Amino acid sequence: MASISSRRLQKELKEIKTEGCPVGITLLEAENFDKWLFSIEVMGESQYQGEAYTLMFRFPPMYPIESPAVQFVVDQTHQSPVHPHVYSNGHICASILGTDWSPVLSVVSVCVTLQSMLASCKKKERPPDNDQYVSRAPDNPKKTRFHYDDDTV
Amino acid sequence: MDMDAFNDDFKVTSKGKHKSYEIDYESLTQGAVEKLMQADIEHISGIFGVDENTASLLLRYMNWNKERLIEKYMDNAASVTSSAGISPLEPPTSQSQAPIRSSIEAFVCPICFDDSQTKTLCLSCDHTFCASCWIAYATSKIRDDQEMAIRCMAEGCSLVAPDLFVRSILEEDTTTWDRFRELVIRHFVASNPNLKYCPYPSCTHTVSCPSASSKSSLATVVPTVACGASATHKFCFGCPIDGDHRPVICGVAKMWLKKCRDDSETANWIKSNTKECSKCQSTIEKNGGCNHMTCKKCKHEFCWVCMGPWIEHGTAWYSCNRYDEKDGVDARDAQSKSRASLERYLHYYNRWANHEQSAKLSIELYSKTEKKMEEMQITSDLTWIEVQFMKKAVDEVEKCRMTLKWTYAMAYYLDKGNEKELFEDNQRDLERAVEDLSELLESPIEAENIPTLRQKVTDKTVYVQKRNEIVLEDTANGFLEGRWQWNCSVDGFD
Repeated sequence: MASISSRRLQKELKEIKTEGCPVGITLLEAENFDKWLFSIEVMGESQYQGEAYTLMFRFPPMYPIESPAVQFVVDQTHQSPVHPHVYSNGHICASILGTDWSPVLSVVSVCVTLQSMLASCKKKERPPDNDQYVSRAPDNPKKTRFHYDDDTV
Repeated sequence: MDMDAFNDDFKVTSKGKHKSYEIDYESLTQGAVEKLMQADIEHISGIFGVDENTASLLLRYMNWNKERLIEKYMDNAASVTSSAGISPLEPPTSQSQAPIRSSIEAFVCPICFDDSQTKTLCLSCDHTFCASCWIAYATSKIRDDQEMAIRCMAEGCSLVAPDLFVRSILEEDTTTWDRFRELVIRHFVASNPNLKYCPYPSCTHTVSCPSASSKSSLATVVPTVACGASATHKFCFGCPIDGDHRPVICGVAKMWLKKCRDDSETANWIKSNTKECSKCQSTIEKNGGCNHMTCKKCKHEFCWVCMGPWIEHGTAWYSCNRYDEKDGVDARDAQSKSRASLERYLHYYNRWANHEQSAKLSIELYSKTEKKMEEMQITSDLTWIEVQFMKKAVDEVEKCRMTLKWTYAMAYYLDKGNEKELFEDNQRDLERAVEDLSELLESPIEAENIPTLRQKVTDKTVYVQKRNEIVLEDTANGFLEGRWQWNCSVDGFD
């Protein structure tokens, strides 16, 4: 079954390399078909002007039938954006990464969605349950059952 | 209203007169349940003039509630249809093959990006994907997510694949298709209060028991049912407790199990056996010695009886001269009260646990009895059939221990009075008979004693059986007559 994900990712990678990524999104690392890294920057006027974040994709063998595990990288040099749907450990609460995932979505389309999620943010703040969630969160955000309560931001 | 509708659908044929502690039910195989489901589908399909695929999807969306579906459909057919994931464009008679398209120009599947695929499929929304992606998607949904609504893979498309479509993509994978059908049937059973799936692993039988489908009925009957697939598949229709909890009703049985599980009794023990240091509040258990206590932690010296500082006792060493003062008396009363409630609980719990333990050892008893039966055949001229009285006796003992076990849960909650006394008399008679029979079963076998032993065991078995029936029947009648009074509030009682 691994052939599905590798063929699809090969194709996606080829497209990224020939056609490039949308403005503000850059491929940082794609050495294998398990984990890719992207840099995301919000263009134009926004709360996150001049800030760049690193997004990590981890692909299950059944990708794209199954959704990828997507989160912001958080370590000594990287931070996650302060946003009501992004936890300080980098986990993201977005329905397209969970129940609303569709196999026709791609890595680039996820990047674009998350970029616009940041762009439309009016006020930089953490989710209200941030501390509680981060202290008990699993390593893989896909193991969390998020409750998608707000689709305005 | 819904309840009546279901009752009309599944009339359980009365099996004539039954005992008051037994309940009417019917065991159904998966095929029989499928037929019930099919009847509902055909009914809806006939009323609405839609094909069976559509009728089935509509019913699933409304959790198989026909009345509400009809009501909603008459109100606004288009809205129900689209919420159920059915395309309004679908012609009502599209019973033909699922649309399979073989395009002439090269097709690149937007999921796997494979352009060598020749077989593509789509629902009526025209979102086309290659067949192998559909297969992988449906298999993952059914096997990993236990999902029976297979939606179109396109983003934001809410169309649900009809069964014919699912079947066509799973043509070569009958196990997944069977799993899919099982999921639909399970959904049907779960949505119907008259039906319950047998809880035993991998059993696919269903039990229909309309007389125990409402919560209020559970205050008067104990719906112990068997699915029919195997004699051991006995379960309660009204609650998730394993096996047979007669004669006690579900609500009381649940309360008792919760009490046994909770460590509230541990706290009770602490309360009756320990005191807190009056200075640092550490919990102290006095396990011997005199009343002059010295706290290990803060070195506070105090009197165990009056809890006052030891220094105030002056020269009255080792005997508290304030013993009869009001504070001391009150403290002692509170303590002995808590101790009495603990002892009462333990009285019932120990007897309950004893029967539970015996039931756990039943496998051992069975193998021991089997050896004895072989021995009997060797030492006497009895045949295999003639020594079966031993196994019968063990069966009966097991059954009665189960009844006895639950009578202790019942007696713990019964209010003091004549009724309780009668109940405990019946309980005692059964208990005594069971213990007598158990003892006979354990007695050593000597060749010359076998005929008398056989007679004794057979007689005792009959007697035990009778006593068990009396307990079950009288308790069940008591529930029907509203004779039982509880010492705490019980669900379904005022």
